[in-house]
Amino acid sequence: MTELRKRGGGGDTDLVSETISDKETDVEDRLGLPGEPGVEADGDSESKADTPEVPPSTADNTPQFLNKAVEGLNPRWKNWWIRGVLSLAMISGFFMMIYLGPVMLILVVMSIQIKCFQEIIDIGYRVYHSYELPWFRTLSWYFLICVNYFFYGETLAEYFGALVQREEPLQFLVRYHRFISFALYLAGFCMFVLSLVKKHYRLQFYMFAWTHVTLLIVVTQSHLVIQNLFEGMIWFLVPVSIVICNDIMAYLFGFFFGRTPLIKLSPKKTWEGFIGGFFGTLVFGFILAYLLAQFQYFVCPVEYNSETNRFTAECEPSDIFVMHEYTLPFAVQNIIQWKTVNLYPYQIHSVALSTFGSLIGPFGGFFASGFKRAFKIKDFADTIPGHGGIMDRFDCQYLMATFTHVYIASFIRGPNPSKVLQQLLVLQPEQQLSIFNTLRERLRDRGMLPPAATEAI
Amino acid sequence: MTELRHRGTTDNDLQHQQSDDKGSENEGKAEKDGASDSETKPDTGLPEVPVTADDTPEVLNKALSGLSSRWKNWWVRGILTLAMIIFFFIIIYLGPMVLMMIVLCVQIKCFQEIIHIGYSVYHSYHLPWFRTLSWYFLLCVNYFFYGETVTDYFSNLVQREEPLRILSKYHRLISFTLYLTGFCMFVLSLVKKHYRLQFYMFGWTHVTLLIVVTQSHLIIHNLFEGMIWFIVPISCVICNDIMAYMFGFFFGRTPLIKLSPKKTWEGFIGGFFSTVVFGILLSYVMSGYSFFVCPVEFNSDHNSFEVDCEPSDLFQLQDYALPAALQSLTGWPTVRLYPFQIHSIALSAFASIMGPFGGFFASGFKRAFKIKDFANTIPGHGGIMDRFDCQYLMATFVNVYIASFIRGPNPAKVIQQLLALRLDQQLHIFNSLKTHLTERGVAEDV
Repeated sequence: MTELRKRGGGGDTDLVSETISDKETDVEDRLGLPGEPGVEADGDSESKADTPEVPPSTADNTPQFLNKAVEGLNPRWKNWWIRGVLSLAMISGFFMMIYLGPVMLILVVMSIQIKCFQEIIDIGYRVYHSYELPWFRTLSWYFLICVNYFFYGETLAEYFGALVQREEPLQFLVRYHRFISFALYLAGFCMFVLSLVKKHYRLQFYMFAWTHVTLLIVVTQSHLVIQNLFEGMIWFLVPVSIVICNDIMAYLFGFFFGRTPLIKLSPKKTWEGFIGGFFGTLVFGFILAYLLAQFQYFVCPVEYNSETNRFTAECEPSDIFVMHEYTLPFAVQNIIQWKTVNLYPYQIHSVALSTFGSLIGPFGGFFASGFKRAFKIKDFADTIPGHGGIMDRFDCQYLMATFTHVYIASFIRGPNPSKVLQQLLVLQPEQQLSIFNTLRERLRDRGMLPPAATEAI
Repeated sequence: MTELRHRGTTDNDLQHQQSDDKGSENEGKAEKDGASDSETKPDTGLPEVPVTADDTPEVLNKALSGLSSRWKNWWVRGILTLAMIIFFFIIIYLGPMVLMMIVLCVQIKCFQEIIHIGYSVYHSYHLPWFRTLSWYFLLCVNYFFYGETVTDYFSNLVQREEPLRILSKYHRLISFTLYLTGFCMFVLSLVKKHYRLQFYMFGWTHVTLLIVVTQSHLIIHNLFEGMIWFIVPISCVICNDIMAYMFGFFFGRTPLIKLSPKKTWEGFIGGFFSTVVFGILLSYVMSGYSFFVCPVEFNSDHNSFEVDCEPSDLFQLQDYALPAALQSLTGWPTVRLYPFQIHSIALSAFASIMGPFGGFFASGFKRAFKIKDFANTIPGHGGIMDRFDCQYLMATFVNVYIASFIRGPNPAKVIQQLLALRLDQQLHIFNSLKTHLTERGVAEDV
């Protein structure tokens, strides 16, 4: 979404002093801003006093060599080149990480999560001038660690079942995991209460809430991403690519055909871009799903092999990754003269994913734009030259990750068998016996087990 | 925690007095200006929240009009306290269904109180969409949680009715869709001049949901485990409040924390020990009745809740050998206790040590936003949130405690998951289970 912002070529100093958020800001906003806070709102002016404009973070940090390479060009083209080069760099980075495998991807997801968290907390600090509350930085990072510990413990215990059974300390940690996580969180809560300083109550409560909302958004989503990844790398790659593609396609269609504005919040978005992006993404998702569904590397659930101590993705591909023949409806048959078509069922699922990415993804972008306007910042941070912070790149991804996770849980997979077995083994023997009998009846009914008379232990 | 606040003598004083705890009266007035020094900027954004008038019912006022104002206040608080405790007993008597509904009502009232404070603080009354959105999000999150609870505990009923089965199968997707609709409505409702307010209220709503709604559902989970797991923790917190107050009143000398100057170490420690004793006694009394001790189950034949079971090991009297020191003191070699009483010590300890932190958190919150009480729902006591601020951490702790130390996974849920697997996975698990059971000698010749 933020690719549509133009950072303005030669005017680096202008950039720094201009604290408006989107390029799409209306002309009146641009005129109104530098000296007239009153333009924003009457209702806002009071709260404005308590959240004054956020000082822009740093100057443009395009690396020197890029600057030299493009200094000959016209400032407008220079900007395009920088953004283009960085986009290409990011996409290549993405491919490299895919090649390096699941462990690398998990580490990258974790780094991105930490960086996003830091960017948002940083904005909170600037907005509330809470730099002088030293405890609070510590507490924010502490809560991040707690919540990550909780989530990683829940997910990892599931997937590393064999490893966990072997090591005694790990078993203890897993059995009392919730209790330990809760105790850690409580320690942080108590530290917060003890750190309340008379003159700073309100600030501290704001930062506490800010931290928690950030954790809710950033950390839970990143764990959903990792759970999707464990389902099969294709469930990570296709959604992420769909969102990126939608961004690019919507931009291109908007650039060439854009005429009717979409929403007042982002005046640069157009209906033509939106619809064009929707269809472009559908086609792209369809093709990408076809390409990736053929490789076991992408399609198989990621498993941890305790003998070799590595992650492997090797299996018998499930039904949705096996070619099926579908008969086309008559209307389409007349058009293209094919009676049936060979598709992976996964491609049909990809249509659902693309639809969501194109329709709801933009709302994530609008939310982030609104957020930046509310706090009068141009970008979340300046990590990526030409693009802004990590959050700017990932703002549309968040809803997508949750949707993919919910989609998988509802339509694709059932519960995890090893987790069910784990739970079974923890029950009381009488309960186990009763479940055993029920299961045996069911299996006999379905013909998986020979009937009672012939069975013997 | 808030019982320690003195509500002041006359109604006028109440309204003008914006400082918080009784203890901070003297410092509060003088330093209200000082306190806002560093907050002058934020202060202009958060003017004082208007306080509503004292709404003690007329009947009480008349009955007490003869007494001195100080005693009048005591009587009002005392009568209301008694009324609340009696009410508590009545709803326990009425059973789990009524308890669940009460928990739901309390949750909604708390949510409304906190959101109301947000409105007052941010002057966001003129954002009509936002009231709707807050309530809508409350509905969504409740739908999600109740759906999960209902699926767990009412599995028979759910499997029978076709529409319920579909709702249950796609529950997460439906909840997520509902939430997304709210999210999109929020984005579409962003108005140019009010971005920041709207984001604040969005954040405020979500944090409130996180605190209030999740905790109330943990309470309901505890309740399903057995009513004793609901009654004992709540009683421990209430008892700790009252005992800490009494000990502080009679023996209080050393202040505990700057945030609440009226709390004392004597009250804290006295409250701790008396709550432990109270918890042990209460558990002894309650463990004898299956009404309290049995998990609440829904009987699909009678379409009602029932509590009828063989009490688990926790609730059977056992003999414990006393350590030698205690033996010489009391002359008893062993003592008969319910194991649950030992668990109750853990619960009481938590209530006495951590419960106050919940109260401090709420006090800090009220000071931060310069409000005296969350609301004026209960005469003499403030709002519902004032009464429940210490309960929240307790509910989570009990839930985590049960999950870690008491029960394993819910067998019905495990069966459900098992039957949802693919047949070859089921067979695999069947074989593993068979080996496991034969090893333990539990499964004979099947």
